[in-house]
Amino acid sequence: MVDIHFVRKSMIEEQEPPAATTGVAGWIRENLFSSPLNAVLSILSIGFIVYVLSALLPWAISPTWAATSLGECREILAGHEGACWGVIRERWLQLLFGFYPKELYWRVVLDFALLIVAVAPVLFTGLPRKMLYFSAIYPFLMPWLLWGGSVWNPIAAALGFVLGYFAHKLAKPALGGLAAVILAFVVPIIWWMVLSGPVVDALGSVLPLAMETVQSRNFGGFMLSITIGVVAIAISLPIGILLALGRQSNLFIVRSLSVGFIEFIRGVPLITLLFVASTLLNIFMPPGTDFDIILRVIIMVTLFASAYMAEVVRGGLAALPKGQYEAADALGLDFWMSQRLIIMPQALKISIPGIVSTFIGVFKDTTLVSIIGLLDPIGLSTSIRADQAWNGVVWELYGFIALMFFIFCFSMSRYSMFLERKLQTGHR
Amino acid sequence: MTSLTDPPKESFRLGMLIYDTRYRSLTIQVVALIGFMIFAAWLINNTLYNLAEQGKNVAFGFLSDPAGYDINQRLLDYNSQSTHWRAAFIGLLNTLLVAFLGCVTATIIGVFVGVLRLSNNWLIARLMTVYVEMFRNVPVLLWIVFTMAIMIETLPAPRDFRGESPDASMVLFDSVAFTNRGVYIPEALFSNGLGDLAVLPDRESAACQPGEDGAVSDACGVFQISLDLLLIVVVLGGSLFVSGLIRKRADRIQNDTGERPTTWYLRLGVVLVPTIAVLAVLGFHLGYPELKGFNFQGGTYLRNSLIALWLALSLYTAAFIAEIVRAGILAISSGQTEAAAALGLRSNRIMSLVILPQALRVIIPPLISNYLNLTKNSSLAIAVGYMDITGTLGGITMNQTGRELECVLLLMLVYLTISLSISAVMNWYNDRVKLVER
Repeated sequence: MVDIHFVRKSMIEEQEPPAATTGVAGWIRENLFSSPLNAVLSILSIGFIVYVLSALLPWAISPTWAATSLGECREILAGHEGACWGVIRERWLQLLFGFYPKELYWRVVLDFALLIVAVAPVLFTGLPRKMLYFSAIYPFLMPWLLWGGSVWNPIAAALGFVLGYFAHKLAKPALGGLAAVILAFVVPIIWWMVLSGPVVDALGSVLPLAMETVQSRNFGGFMLSITIGVVAIAISLPIGILLALGRQSNLFIVRSLSVGFIEFIRGVPLITLLFVASTLLNIFMPPGTDFDIILRVIIMVTLFASAYMAEVVRGGLAALPKGQYEAADALGLDFWMSQRLIIMPQALKISIPGIVSTFIGVFKDTTLVSIIGLLDPIGLSTSIRADQAWNGVVWELYGFIALMFFIFCFSMSRYSMFLERKLQTGHR
Repeated sequence: MTSLTDPPKESFRLGMLIYDTRYRSLTIQVVALIGFMIFAAWLINNTLYNLAEQGKNVAFGFLSDPAGYDINQRLLDYNSQSTHWRAAFIGLLNTLLVAFLGCVTATIIGVFVGVLRLSNNWLIARLMTVYVEMFRNVPVLLWIVFTMAIMIETLPAPRDFRGESPDASMVLFDSVAFTNRGVYIPEALFSNGLGDLAVLPDRESAACQPGEDGAVSDACGVFQISLDLLLIVVVLGGSLFVSGLIRKRADRIQNDTGERPTTWYLRLGVVLVPTIAVLAVLGFHLGYPELKGFNFQGGTYLRNSLIALWLALSLYTAAFIAEIVRAGILAISSGQTEAAAALGLRSNRIMSLVILPQALRVIIPPLISNYLNLTKNSSLAIAVGYMDITGTLGGITMNQTGRELECVLLLMLVYLTISLSISAVMNWYNDRVKLVER
């Protein structure tokens, strides 16, 4: 039996926590020196950071911004180790735009600014839906701004889609669904293949609205990487969706064709596809066709991206509960309607992070075009070194290119993570 | 898409091919097949026509002609008189070599970084995050050329090793030399070796006629296997097998009696003693690289193109593997650890019996797809001049012979074979470890 002699009647004063567990000291103790092993690791990593920074900072902080050649850099540095930043000052525009005419840089800048406007309503759901109309116009605007030429070309290209839409709409009540679908494909093809050329010429002679044409061979630098990446991803998305549907389909032949295409493309390195672009694609086409090299590269990179996109979309389709498919069937929707109204909106929403990472991958892979001789940033760095004034500059160029890629890719991957977090709370 | 249809009453009409779901799938497939065949025929027709215009044909005979170029880094015997086949084969081996080395190092670095990223040491975790983000967000090609530039620009030239007070010196007890031409490491030599075994030798050929010392030349056969190496592998395999038997016996005794006999010294001895004995009998010793004239002689020479490619690919892929490992560990809920602890398992047993088997199920499939990516990325060897299959078959052979179609087709076929074999392994593994759910 225990006797209780003492019961405290009043609260004692709250005590300060021990000094070693609060403030900076407490944080350091808990996060850096919580155990002997941690202490050793912390000291090692502090040593590593100090070592790297002490080597890097004195090198990077060098007063060579104004230099116009490597020799001048060496004179300024007078025997000290240091970077030669003059090359970046002189050539950064070239690294961004390649050999695009200087007075036309505004077109590229405007193009990519409009790209952000066009993509924004897709990426951020809070924006007004009306902006999607601009997103629909943008694919026709973009090549016109980059390559220039008559304004009637993009209008004629867009008109094909409008004609297809109206052909379908008008033919459906008169001829029935199937004929309308066939017409919706045939009318635009006839327009593009046969009629649009003469019509564009006629309109051009009546109302010559045209911008200065820029040849593909003048494209280069990050502008080339972004162009290839954006076009490839934009076109590969619909192809990827079709391939993913084909892969999920019950129809044996359709499924085999899709699986065959996807596995073939995913099984070979991009560089072999680029070899096809540089040497073989014109051989596959009818005699006389001569795509320029950028177009050929875009075609092959698009095929490459489509296969990866198909797998991303397939992941989104597989993540949907089976009940969604069954519910769509129960509502009596046919295949395309259930895809359009029920399945795809949900599946694509789930796949957006995957689509963004595919885009990052494709964007990084565009550097491979330097191997087949295009002037992407890495290709340009070689050609800059071929200049007498900058022969021997290595780290500054690679560092600048790496930094640019890092900024692009890192911000996109952060966006994709933000999206993942946002989508996790909603139901899938 | 399945849907109910009325039992067939009416006779078959042509319209049913489109409007009747029973026949429609058939119609679609036939149309798709015909469309595909027309497309393929169109492509082939164009190709044949265009090739004929250029005066070319599709034939693979050129592969038997002498290649006429040299391959500087090679695993098997090769000279400029060897055929294009041989060159492609040497290139394939080089691809597999760098892929294998890369996968091993990438896994080691990746697991290390992935675990450290979860460390409760703030600084280490941040440092590893910086590493992962830095490598994931910059193109691998840039890393490869960057590493190559580091090798060439910062390492000393072989001549710096010369003289009384050289600017550079060899490391690890004068056994390894890092130079801007590559790395020289010691090689394994056998003073009373057994010689080489020629695989698939052509007895008639000049290369296979015994020379004055009774040995045949290196060029005999498709390739040659060192009998010493073969013997060591056989002995090691046998020892490991016996060691496995000992472990099984220990398991059985533990099952019967509950007591596990201590066997580690026995198992270690079974593995080490025969292997060391064989090495001693063969007269194993290391051949060190030595500076002679302007370059190093002896030892194994790893060209800096190989080192740069290997390092860059491993570091790049390791960043992805680190994320996979981290995700895999995070995917196992802490309830698993607690439940295992409640069963009375010790912490290392919890790791090996409960956490790892489950984490591996999450980790392995993306890990293997990263191995696949590494193998495909090794084709970027062409940027630093490492002669892998893209550099031989898709590079010099293609440019010399002008046979773009054949070379690219073969190249794709080779990569496709590698990829499909790796995915076959992956699917097999997936099926084996898949959770069986409803």
